[in-house]
Amino acid sequence: MSNAAGLRIVDLRLNVVATGNDIVDEINLTIEKGRVLGLVGESGSGKTTVGLAVLSHARRGVEVAHGQIFCGDTEVLGLDSEAKRKIRGGLVSYVPQDPASSLNPALRIGLQLLEVLEAHNFGGSDEARKARIKEMMAEVLLPTDDEYLERYPHQLSGGQQQRVGLAMAFACRPSVIVLDEPTTGLDVSTQEHVLKTIRQLTRDHGVAALYITHDLAVIADLADDVAVMYSGRVVEQGEVSEIFKNPAHPYTRHLVAAAPDIASKKSIVGLAGRAQSPGKRPVGCAFAPRCELAEDACRVEFPKMVSVGGRQTAACIKANQKVAVSVASSKAMSTRTRGEPAVELVSVSAGYSGNTVVHDVSLTVRKGECLALVGESGSGKTTVSRAIGGLHREWTGSIRLNGRELKPMARQRAIADRLAIQYVFQNPYGSLNPRRTVGDSIARPLVVDGKSKSGARQVVLDVLDKVSLPGSYANKYPDQLSGGERQRIAIARALVSEPEVLVCDEVTSALDVLVQAAIVDLLGDLRRQLGLAMLFVTHNLPLVRSIADEVAVMSEGRIVEVGPSESVIGNPQQQYTQSLISATPSIERSMR
Amino acid sequence: MTLFIVSLLIFAVTQALPSDPAEAMLGREATPEALAALRADFGLDKPIVVQYGNWLFGILGGDLGTSYATSTPVSEYIGPRVGASFFLLLIAAVGSIPLSIVVGANAALRRDRKFDTTSSLVSLILAAMPEFVVGTILTIIFSTTVWQLLPAVTYLEVGAPPWSDLQGLILPVLTLLLAVTPYVARVMRAAMVEVLESDYVEMARLKGMDERTVLWRHALPNAVGPAFQVIALNLAYLAGGVIIVERLFNFPGIGSALADAVRSRDLPVIQFLALIIAGVYILTNLLADIGTVLVTPRLRTRLK
Repeated sequence: MSNAAGLRIVDLRLNVVATGNDIVDEINLTIEKGRVLGLVGESGSGKTTVGLAVLSHARRGVEVAHGQIFCGDTEVLGLDSEAKRKIRGGLVSYVPQDPASSLNPALRIGLQLLEVLEAHNFGGSDEARKARIKEMMAEVLLPTDDEYLERYPHQLSGGQQQRVGLAMAFACRPSVIVLDEPTTGLDVSTQEHVLKTIRQLTRDHGVAALYITHDLAVIADLADDVAVMYSGRVVEQGEVSEIFKNPAHPYTRHLVAAAPDIASKKSIVGLAGRAQSPGKRPVGCAFAPRCELAEDACRVEFPKMVSVGGRQTAACIKANQKVAVSVASSKAMSTRTRGEPAVELVSVSAGYSGNTVVHDVSLTVRKGECLALVGESGSGKTTVSRAIGGLHREWTGSIRLNGRELKPMARQRAIADRLAIQYVFQNPYGSLNPRRTVGDSIARPLVVDGKSKSGARQVVLDVLDKVSLPGSYANKYPDQLSGGERQRIAIARALVSEPEVLVCDEVTSALDVLVQAAIVDLLGDLRRQLGLAMLFVTHNLPLVRSIADEVAVMSEGRIVEVGPSESVIGNPQQQYTQSLISATPSIERSMR
Repeated sequence: MTLFIVSLLIFAVTQALPSDPAEAMLGREATPEALAALRADFGLDKPIVVQYGNWLFGILGGDLGTSYATSTPVSEYIGPRVGASFFLLLIAAVGSIPLSIVVGANAALRRDRKFDTTSSLVSLILAAMPEFVVGTILTIIFSTTVWQLLPAVTYLEVGAPPWSDLQGLILPVLTLLLAVTPYVARVMRAAMVEVLESDYVEMARLKGMDERTVLWRHALPNAVGPAFQVIALNLAYLAGGVIIVERLFNFPGIGSALADAVRSRDLPVIQFLALIIAGVYILTNLLADIGTVLVTPRLRTRLK
């Protein structure tokens, strides 16, 4: 048995040093050689903590309370520090989330690869090591010449950096590898290449891989097995097909229901509430407060893992009762009646200091409809949205609001025009003033407009209600809110000036899937109730199908394809769109 | 360009000094005729713009003017003192840069442990004390009350090479060292703490690098870049701060020369010394920028 198991985690628990509260507990996982286990969960669920523990590493303020981790036959947690150093990068290696910040900016990539080999005495001589580096670079499909190895990390693209990270991880032929969201932040086509490389290398070298991600579709595409984490515990695990076809834990079911899929037009469904941080977690099943099936027994102790059939197990007392969880959307998808054009762009070109990055873009966003503007990073989609919002200086062409020509910059536009177009930013953490209460932030445009204090207060309560937050939130500060709540506040602030057009720039990309689904749901409601015209800028193609009526695909500053989202995504005509869609992982496609 | 603006300011300020160099030299009982003759001799009767032009072109042409007080050319009077001061500064810099880097890096590495808390407390105290207090305390400890190990003042002839009285150099250098090191060490610690928390340092550990490699190869090069700027500011500050320290230890450098010159309203000397100190400021900052670019590949490769 120990031969087949590449990685075995037994009853692992890690604590916060200061308080003794558990970050993760009761973690039991086994990965066989040559297989990939996908570890999913929302941010804060403890995925990375588990991943780092496999390398016998705990971040500052975190300690292993008990448990064992076997990489092959070696138990890694009990090793002394010199032995730990030896296994890291040798027996077990790590591929970090952000290659840009994980490669040392001051060192050439060749040296960063070489030092791993040197540290583990891999290949007896310098020649042998150099040859090994070339071999690795070839395996991850990068150039092998010396000039390339002399480059610094910033001279490589994101995809290339991540492949250097992979080369580094596989350099000493490890038997276990931990991949921590290695493709987050990469474009889909780059992601496809990186995933392919990972799959190839793990199979060829019989490596047990722990793949950490929040992206279910990537797991469906890549992994053999799945473990779902919630609040520091594994709540369900099994083979990929078992989990995705027949999720047993209510949390898993919600997760699957909330994941948009490029292969179908599905209405994604969110879930209210949020997981609690260590120390505030409820007794018993941590998911109980959000679970509609919860009963008193759930709140007594953490449920035992029960077999659901095959290799699938779930930590839920009702895992084997096929009780329906209300994950179906109650809302009908919008029926299509064409609205009047709200915003029209006619041959808009835009650039930065003389370099044109957007060429001749013409678009129409209609009242009550959502137009998704999709494209990979650098395609110019954000520049277009900024031009509409009057935030971009250098552009030509014409942008019309309700048939009226708009001035280039927001400052030059009439107040009514400025209020009519509102912008919601990507990062809910950076776009709210941390020193103002949420209510003050929302009321700001009203005060500028000269509204009385009590009048403003009433409006603030109204918009908070519209974004489904209680009025008490007006007195909170941004740091007291979760990411999803902040994004709701950002939307509320946009709504307060009663806009006709809402420009949403990657508003869900920093959020977990359940939260993303809830925000998308909210945006859909607002659009219908208020007749808002919405421009939804995103790189997330699957999401487009669930939110947008129309989609415009951008590449290298030009619109490649535009049309109803169903036909563009379901039956793309342009080669670029086709390649983009086929590169996007899909749960449904993988399960066929 | 910067130097030109500085030269203008220096000239304007020195001209605005109350009292008249001629009067300062000849004393209160001098006859008006003698004063006028001396002023004409110095060129002080000409319009200010002309005076400035003469001075500026003189400097550009290598003629620094003549000291009012000693009637020797400024270059001859100042030259050896500048050399001596630069020597002092150089030793202080060469000593303080590695010292502060080592102290700062170690404090960061042993964050919140004894070395860190002690070193930050000590550096805070040192940073809070003006140089002359530090210098006086050192004198009390090493040359007067406690031990009589080192001379309290420097016995150095003007023009003699500064290394001819090494014993006398120790206290001034030590004072300057203690004046600069705390600041730089604190900045170094902050930069190092940030770097040690970075993803690439964690990654270096996770790929099995030993702590020495992690520290020297992965962390330090990324931390010294920001520290360079502070080092430069402090060295430049030293160029001014040296005045007090030199007075204190009677070291024959630009500091004591400047103090004497101010007392006797020796305008050419004041102006030139001010210009030199400003030059040091600009030069060290330039060097820091170059140093930062050199240790930061992202900036370096952009030059190509």
